[in-house]
Amino acid sequence: MRGRSSVCVPVSDPVIEFAHVVKQYDGRRVVDGLSLRIEQGQCFGLLGPNGAGKTTAIRMLLGMTHPESGSIRVLGHAVPEQAHRARAGMGVVPQLDNLDPDFSVRENLSVYASFFGLPDNTLDDRVDWLLEFAELTHKQHARIGELSGGMQRRLTLARALVNNPGLIVLDEPTTGLDPQVRHVMWSRLRDLQQSGKTLLLTTHYMEEAERLCDVLAIMDHGRIIAHGSPAELVRAHCERNVFEFPRLDAPQQAALDALPEVRLERSGTSWYAYTEQADPVHDWAAGHPQLRMLHRHHNLEDVFLRLTRRDLRD
Amino acid sequence: MIELTASDFRPGRGSLAVWRRNVRVWRKLIRVSIVLNFGEPVIYLLALGYGLQRFVGAMDGLPYMVFLASGLLVSAVMHTTAFEAMYSVYTRMEPQKTYQAILATPLRVADIVAGELLWCATKGVIASTAILIVAGCMGLISFPGALGVIPVAFLTGLAFAGFVMPLAPFARSYDYFSYFYTLVIVPMFMCSGVFYPIDSLPAAGQWAASLLPLYHAVELARPLATQAPLSAPLVHGLVLLLYAGAGYALSVRFYSRRLLQ
Repeated sequence: MRGRSSVCVPVSDPVIEFAHVVKQYDGRRVVDGLSLRIEQGQCFGLLGPNGAGKTTAIRMLLGMTHPESGSIRVLGHAVPEQAHRARAGMGVVPQLDNLDPDFSVRENLSVYASFFGLPDNTLDDRVDWLLEFAELTHKQHARIGELSGGMQRRLTLARALVNNPGLIVLDEPTTGLDPQVRHVMWSRLRDLQQSGKTLLLTTHYMEEAERLCDVLAIMDHGRIIAHGSPAELVRAHCERNVFEFPRLDAPQQAALDALPEVRLERSGTSWYAYTEQADPVHDWAAGHPQLRMLHRHHNLEDVFLRLTRRDLRD
Repeated sequence: MIELTASDFRPGRGSLAVWRRNVRVWRKLIRVSIVLNFGEPVIYLLALGYGLQRFVGAMDGLPYMVFLASGLLVSAVMHTTAFEAMYSVYTRMEPQKTYQAILATPLRVADIVAGELLWCATKGVIASTAILIVAGCMGLISFPGALGVIPVAFLTGLAFAGFVMPLAPFARSYDYFSYFYTLVIVPMFMCSGVFYPIDSLPAAGQWAASLLPLYHAVELARPLATQAPLSAPLVHGLVLLLYAGAGYALSVRFYSRRLLQ
């Protein structure tokens, strides 16, 4: 029996499963019937505007917020009832760094490991490896306050790995980082993914989602409104060609809108024309040589803006 | 709203990890802590003891210095523990977000609360031990009987941690604690038998003092430090245990509400 089951591909018990989860604050449904499934080894991206319910969903996943209704299972444990068991197999990178300022870089890792019940005598090698992974070996005795923002972020990621988790949850892992640091974080996350870990990340950056994630879910108003691989989402929800116009006067707007199979939308002060066929727009633009125009392929950001509408959320 | 079940109140081994975290921080600042632990009682004993001794002579059948030293053994526990359970706990909860970080590990709120109570009591024992040493060197207390104060200090520390720790989840800033310190801790310090027996208070004062934990701690510590017979030690011990237990249960409830929104 045992031998056979080890040969079988594990029948996909999802790593994370949300079913019809509802959470409200002061009568407002922040998470409104959320259902999702994340499989072993996936890098799953949760996208959505501010207030879409992403962080609340993550907190519920950790058992740090209790849902009003619905069910959540993580790593085979019912959450929030058995959340502490699930957390034993998880690593968490929170939105805001909460490294311990009372300790050095190295101590942050070893103290955090003690919360997982890992004995001190087995830790040195692991901590050495994590410091190397985060490129912080030279800073191991520094205090947290002496680290740059990028270093703190890397240390937070290293800290999330002390228990060698199979599932890593990252809430906006690269928000506020400069491009160099962001690229370092991305390559580290790809390493983790290649080593077979399951990743769940929330992000505002479409580029990040497109580069890292196998599966994306776009969330708005507490619900998932679109779901699929980045390429699928782009194909399904946006025309192939996008023309950006920094400025259009009213007659130009009307003319563009009247072209067959062109969808014209406004975002901020710019106008965007979406279409499968580029030629009609090019032909029209040829008659307006003064007009500033940028032609590009559709991308995830177009999908995101289209699905979550363009209004500001603050 | 968070609904808690019985198992949410059961602390696990993780509470020791929280306790050890605090020990590690304390060890880094050990010099400052020790100087404060020894300095404060020395100042009290010298300033108040020597200053008042001449005028007061004996208090309740004891030389005033002895009377005072035996009370300070537990009032120091109160000060140390209350400070830790208000300011340090709030610091770890709010600006440092230490508890949020801990709650992303297998630990639960009950582990944090139990670990903090244990740590507060440990700090109380350290403070009390410092006074035992100072007062012992000054010949004010008699060993080995006074060593019995150490478990009393631990219990007193648990009681005060239980008394104070449920407050922080309601705090919006440090100012909140100043009120509590000035309006509750300081009067308790003055009126619980540390400086004079509570018999000298009016009946209402005596009654109020006997509801608060410090009086019961003094009633245990003074006889132990001065080789006098204990009176009703079970009652005093139970009151302290009650404060510790009720404080623990309330803390699990209040910290869950604040941390698990």
